[in-house]
Amino acid sequence: MKEDLLEKPIECEAPNLQKKRETGIGLLKYMVVGVFFGIIMVKSEVISWFRIQEMFRLQSFHMYGVIGSAVFVGMISIFLIKKFNIKTLSGEKVVIQDKEFRKGQIIGGFIFGLGWAITGACPGPLFAQIGTGFTIVVVTLISALVGTWVYGKLADKLPN
Amino acid sequence: MEKLIDWISQPWPWYVAGPLLGLTVPVLLLIGNKSFGISSSLRHICAACVPAKIPFFSYDWKKEAWNLYFVFGVLVGGMIVGLFFSNPEAVVVAESTQKDLEALGITQYSNLLPSEIFNWQNVFTLKGLVFFVFGGFMVGFGTRYAGGCTSGHAIMGISNLQWPSVVATIFFMLGGFAMTHLFLPTLMKIAGF
Repeated sequence: MKEDLLEKPIECEAPNLQKKRETGIGLLKYMVVGVFFGIIMVKSEVISWFRIQEMFRLQSFHMYGVIGSAVFVGMISIFLIKKFNIKTLSGEKVVIQDKEFRKGQIIGGFIFGLGWAITGACPGPLFAQIGTGFTIVVVTLISALVGTWVYGKLADKLPN
Repeated sequence: MEKLIDWISQPWPWYVAGPLLGLTVPVLLLIGNKSFGISSSLRHICAACVPAKIPFFSYDWKKEAWNLYFVFGVLVGGMIVGLFFSNPEAVVVAESTQKDLEALGITQYSNLLPSEIFNWQNVFTLKGLVFFVFGGFMVGFGTRYAGGCTSGHAIMGISNLQWPSVVATIFFMLGGFAMTHLFLPTLMKIAGF
């Protein structure tokens, strides 16, 4: 059981499924991807509290356009990767875990939505907001870490 | 060169930014078999710093370290824009949004976040409690309970045709609508806006 936990974090939506272990320099490439991701998020203003308000008030297509076209490109990419069995850089087969349905996606999803409309940020934009100079968002990030921790503490007592 | 920087400094339209953000999905899969998802980073930080023998945080977080490199990159990306390519103009949102927000007491559009809310003077006030502590807690708690956020569920999950991710995304949106239209006006009034 212990072994199992160590092998695969439960409910982790972004697991490392590469067999080859990476260290140091090998991990830097993910930072580079993160840098581009951060720049694009800031430049398209999706990290803006104003844009999130605009989205939840259905007063602009902007956010829906960004998320919708990102999903569209992601979908076609995964389709092509599967269809042509495109391998990873280290020659492994691409593996994507299926998502299991849980009540948490309803209850937790709703709670996250409430928080999203207040902070104007999902977890990714929190980091980008801090980077652009809103150091006060560090407080929001710490609160989000506390929220994550409290969930972990209560995980087996909550309906899921 | 100056023209290029001017051009980069403008806000980017959705049809440029959205597809570029979507490319993160195949890039991460192909460079290292990684499924895109950001909120896991919060869990890894908990597992690394305060695991407290909780089973949920007892796993080999070092194996997932790529996720921490990624979010550190996001922070650096924000810094690069903040230092070199930030938009000198005010944020332009729909007029109807401006009108709605004015009614709530928000009128400063010079930055990406309203300075009336997001400043250090608010940190120990009711405003800070609502917007930073309460809001942040719900983001962290909710994403973990849901097993993902906008990246893990809405972008990665739906791209991989996972119906639980569609459910999660619908409830993200419902939560946001509920907060914006039902609770936010009262919350902001109580907080002193």
